[in-house]
Amino acid sequence: METRWSPGAIMRTMLPVLLVLTGIELASGFVLNTFEGTLLQYPTLLVLVPVTIGMAGNLGSILAARLSTVVHLGLLSFEPRDEYLLGNAVATFGLALTIFPVVGAGAWLAQTLVGDTALGIEKVVLVAFGSGAVLAVLAVAVTLVTTYAAYRFRLDPDDVVIPVVTNVCDVLGVVVLFVVVRLVV
Amino acid sequence: MTVREVAVEAYREALPVLAVSAVGGLFAGVVLGGMEAELQAVPGLLMLVPALLATRGNVYGSLGARLASALHQGLIEPHLNLDDERLRGAVAAALANGLLVSLFAAVLAFVVLAVLGRSVAPLPTLAGIAGLAGLVSGLLLTGAVVGVVFVGYRRGYNPDTLAGPVVTTTGDVVGVATLLLATRIVLGLGGL
Repeated sequence: METRWSPGAIMRTMLPVLLVLTGIELASGFVLNTFEGTLLQYPTLLVLVPVTIGMAGNLGSILAARLSTVVHLGLLSFEPRDEYLLGNAVATFGLALTIFPVVGAGAWLAQTLVGDTALGIEKVVLVAFGSGAVLAVLAVAVTLVTTYAAYRFRLDPDDVVIPVVTNVCDVLGVVVLFVVVRLVV
Repeated sequence: MTVREVAVEAYREALPVLAVSAVGGLFAGVVLGGMEAELQAVPGLLMLVPALLATRGNVYGSLGARLASALHQGLIEPHLNLDDERLRGAVAAALANGLLVSLFAAVLAFVVLAVLGRSVAPLPTLAGIAGLAGLVSGLLLTGAVVGVVFVGYRRGYNPDTLAGPVVTTTGDVVGVATLLLATRIVLGLGGL
């Protein structure tokens, strides 16, 4: 374990990972750039961008952290009827379906106080709710696949799964928001 | 444990953390929603937003985890002492990483948009905004992380559980707010 922290040594370890993750994040930025016109037309949707990205990553990283712990304890079986797998997946859906509609209403309220009401509250809540439901499914799928891959390749799930899941869910957050906005607005 | 018990426990543990981070995300969103004029003035700026926000979390989240582990191991003292070689090294590395990654994001975004023939601001403008925002948010987040981890540890909290939520909530708000500030400054200087 390295206990003398020279800035050079820390940077040599972290910079390559950070640059790869930045490349992944720029992919979601590219999606935002593609529908920038719609976002600027309806600033309420712009309000949803950071919170949707953050929530998608949070849901994935919490699920990943919980499953990693169960893997470390040797309790996870990767069978469809495994109670830890099912229980945590159910909790992820429950959390997404609780938080996202509230976030949608909050975004609409905040934007209304600042002055813009181009988009009705029902549309904003529907966009948030739809994005949340789809993102919960994707977060569970990405986390399961990544955790299983780490388990099969004998990698520590704490090192691998959380950064991969968080950043992939960030990108998916923007992509799903884009698709749902196209369908609803 | 039954499926129901696992689900209820996971839900109860995660809901408060997610609620706090949702409030932080909404604050960041309101600032971003008010940046219409700046986003229109600097084409390509919106493409940088996810990368810059994630960098804040990745770099300063790691700084928090490093300081928390070092406190547990007794390698550093929970007092702000700028003569401490380890503390200085960790902070310097985080600031340098944050700045370099922000500049890298600006260059890569510029190249991608330019190659695809999309509308994009000049490279010095984008890099100036990303660099300035990276530096200012780095200083603010370093202060927040070091302060919360040290003060929390002295009061008997586990710094491991403090650092993550603090970085995710303050990171988004500080990230977007410094982006707005940096854009105004760079545009005020004539776009570089």
